[in-house]
Amino acid sequence: MLTIKALRARLLAPLDPTLFNASALLMAMGLVVLYSATGSDLAKVVSQVRNLGFAFVAMWVIAVIPPHKIQRLVFPVFGVALIALVAVALFGEVSHGARRWLALGPIRIQPSELMKIALPLALAGYFEWRGRDLHWADFLVAGLILLVPVALVARQPDLGTALLIASSGFYVLYFAGLSWRVISGLVLAVLSALPLVWHFLHDYQKKRILTLIDPTQDPLGAGYHTLQSMIALGSGGIFGKGWLQGTQSHLDFLPEHSTDFIFAVFGEEFGLLGELIFLALMGVIIARGFFIATEGSTPFARLLAGSLAMTLFTYTFVNVGMVSGILPVVGVPLPYLSYGGTSLVTLFISIGLLMSVHHHRRLVKQ
Amino acid sequence: MKRYRPLRNPQEERWQFRLRVKVLGILIVALCTVLLLRLVWLQVVSHQYYHTLAEANRIGIVPIVPNRGLILDRNGVVMAENNSTYTLEITPSQSGDVDTVIDELGSVIAISPTDRKLFHKLMNETHGIAPVAIRSRLTEIEIARFSVNRFRFPGMEIQARLIRNYPLGESASHLVGYIGRITQADEDRLDDNDLSAAYRGTNHIGKQGIEARYEQELHGVTGAEQVETDAGGHGVRSLARTEPMAGNDLFLTIDAPLQRAAEHAFGNFRGALVAIDPTTGEILAFVSLPGFDPNLFVEGIDQGNWDALNNSPDKPLNNRALRGQYPPGSTIKPLMALAALTTGVRSTSFKISDPGYFAFPGSTHHYRDWREHGHGMVDMHLSIIQSCDTYYYSLANDMGIDAMHDFFTLFGFGQKTGIDMDGEALGLYPSPQWKQARFHQDWYGGETVISGIGQGYVLATPLQLAQAMATLANNGVMMRPHLVRAIRERATGVMRTTPLEAVRTLPLRQEDMDFVRDAMVDVLKPGGTAAQAGAGATYAIAGKTGTAQVVGIKQGEKYNEAHTQERNRDHALFVAFAPADKPRIALAVLVENGGHGASVAAPIARQVLDFYLLGKGVKGVKDDGGDDVND
Repeated sequence: MLTIKALRARLLAPLDPTLFNASALLMAMGLVVLYSATGSDLAKVVSQVRNLGFAFVAMWVIAVIPPHKIQRLVFPVFGVALIALVAVALFGEVSHGARRWLALGPIRIQPSELMKIALPLALAGYFEWRGRDLHWADFLVAGLILLVPVALVARQPDLGTALLIASSGFYVLYFAGLSWRVISGLVLAVLSALPLVWHFLHDYQKKRILTLIDPTQDPLGAGYHTLQSMIALGSGGIFGKGWLQGTQSHLDFLPEHSTDFIFAVFGEEFGLLGELIFLALMGVIIARGFFIATEGSTPFARLLAGSLAMTLFTYTFVNVGMVSGILPVVGVPLPYLSYGGTSLVTLFISIGLLMSVHHHRRLVKQ
Repeated sequence: MKRYRPLRNPQEERWQFRLRVKVLGILIVALCTVLLLRLVWLQVVSHQYYHTLAEANRIGIVPIVPNRGLILDRNGVVMAENNSTYTLEITPSQSGDVDTVIDELGSVIAISPTDRKLFHKLMNETHGIAPVAIRSRLTEIEIARFSVNRFRFPGMEIQARLIRNYPLGESASHLVGYIGRITQADEDRLDDNDLSAAYRGTNHIGKQGIEARYEQELHGVTGAEQVETDAGGHGVRSLARTEPMAGNDLFLTIDAPLQRAAEHAFGNFRGALVAIDPTTGEILAFVSLPGFDPNLFVEGIDQGNWDALNNSPDKPLNNRALRGQYPPGSTIKPLMALAALTTGVRSTSFKISDPGYFAFPGSTHHYRDWREHGHGMVDMHLSIIQSCDTYYYSLANDMGIDAMHDFFTLFGFGQKTGIDMDGEALGLYPSPQWKQARFHQDWYGGETVISGIGQGYVLATPLQLAQAMATLANNGVMMRPHLVRAIRERATGVMRTTPLEAVRTLPLRQEDMDFVRDAMVDVLKPGGTAAQAGAGATYAIAGKTGTAQVVGIKQGEKYNEAHTQERNRDHALFVAFAPADKPRIALAVLVENGGHGASVAAPIARQVLDFYLLGKGVKGVKDDGGDDVND
């Protein structure tokens, strides 16, 4: 009896209760909304539950491994992700006008998803390796490590994902102590380069930004998504129309309603109140992530946890911003709610990494 | 510049880290405030507005489908048009249970199981809101019968719709192709090209031939009407309207009467014919037989017709002119002769003695000539007009496969011609490198020898053969073959003519080309293999017969047509251009299992040339069986 209890305690110990419970609640909400968003299609919900099974195992396995062991794997993981990205550029499958997928026998993977985790890992590992006295050249090298995968993804072309990967890498640099002067310089440079960037955007990217300013310009095309999701959210009001009662999504006005635009379904059916609960739970997870980061025992642990927490916020903000019409339409899944195996596994790996950092914070002595 | 950021202790490091977390915390709070303000604005302040849009009076965006562009031949003969037709449409939300209603409707007008299946598919796609067609192409009688019984069927309406029609039926079916209902695969493709919005409301898309290749020109621009609708989905009033723009009309290079004449000339034979204007690369006729009726595909082909087309041993759906790859046989001999002159391996006067076979020194293996006892002393002129195999075995052996490969590659063998139609076959001109890569085997001298008479690994499409002939006819200037001559823009009425494109100018000497051309003219004169087909011509035809083996013949065995089953009989080929001194048309004819180039393929070519150059009528060729000339 005692041994079973001890074993159970040992197995459950790495699972941080705050992260675990908030994740469970969010996931429950996600499955409930997914059932509605897919038009009461149980098969998709079951498939998502299966994805969740994989994701949970991945989370747990990673939570059990102490960060210093994870640290040893960061460069091989980054290397594999980078090779996969190069492979995509050379012989990836073209879908939706972009080369994003890599077929490995029966499995199709999207290496840019892998890079979302691999890049912050690699950068945190790099700074840990460089030690305490960071030279400005170290940041330059880190910047180069960051730019290579970002450039590869941007060329696919998948500018949205490239920017998200860049941001997750940039957070590591930021937490590692990138000088404020450089940060403000970068911000200024980006702002002043915006008109220049405009020239290099693809037509469809320009269209998305233009329709942000006036979605009624192109109601059949690029503006359609935003217009319909705004109607969904707005008509949901404070209390929502109730589960399975959303007319926008059920009459098929709303595109991508089980993946990137699921927040519109959620908002239509559960209203502002439901959204606040969702955002509050996300807030709990993000805040917990930052707390874990400050408690981290090594620079690697801190940098990684801080970057992951900030990345979670970025995804949530960009997705909700897109659905509510204040950001251009980029293909970003909403954590916990969007349907999709890769993004769910990636999300739970992040949570697993946070748990690992937290659980092993005292086990590793400096 | 501050080069180092020395951190004295972990405490300070942690303090730095916390500071940075706090700064981000402030940023997060600021961004969340923006987000929350936005959500409050949408869901509290503007709730009433959006509620109105979503619930009480939805704004529907109704696409207005543009009329598809027409396809016409070079002189304006309509090859694809839009006919108005009557369809019977059901609005499921008003009709009651659709299956019961359709059962009942079946007693009034004919409803096939296919109609029913198609209806359910479309209904699922439109989620039962929009009206869906249960029958199209209603006859007058059916309209009358339904009208009398209308009161029994609420939610059903007869609508006038445009439907694609191919007035020429089976003629030019591979060329024009057809449109069909948009499938999931089409949707994915549209999505990939960011065209989903442009096709909203469109049910059909080009699937094959010109209809597929020029989809973007033909489709037009979808219009849109913003309609205020009530909760039931009925339009209340129109708010704004963008007119659609009809698709552009295509004028083909094809001469429709010539196309039909060529098809007619084949009689009951299967095969392909490509006729090109050598100076422009315009395709005048593009025949693949048997054809099929493209009208069957427009509204979804039924299983019976599909099976009949798909399972037929004649393979009517196969575009032989574009995708059929055949050994070109002796039709390449004039090009071999030209290669010999160009590379200096042979002079025109050089003679060989032909005992009826070619053998490597010390080998007993005989590469046989089609004439058992040979042609005696043969020079280049005789080798072309008599199609002497031994001459070319020996020539190939002297020239070597690499030089042959280089020369034939110049003439377009083994490459796509770049014609404006999808799915073109590559053909093949072999080389030792190719064999090594394909089979991991060394090249044998015997393979060079049989390549010399267009057998072995050599494969060409009828289009490639026609293009090679056109290039020779055009004095070595290869023009890009094309099917669309001009596009009439609906928006402006402007005719956009396809610019002529010279692919390349081949490095050939004029006197060499003249020699080969003169020999080809003599092929159709007494003493030539196609003398019968050339009899009585009032203009000079340059041509060459050819035969492609379908089954191999063993050593010491003789090909006996009478004993060979129809499907195993040789393919008959003929290439030609005319008038030889100032060519207006170059063509390649392939007759599957036709037996002899001279007796079957050449007469077809002659009839097509007579029709095009003299306006003479055409009668289908018959299989006239035996003839001494085998090649």
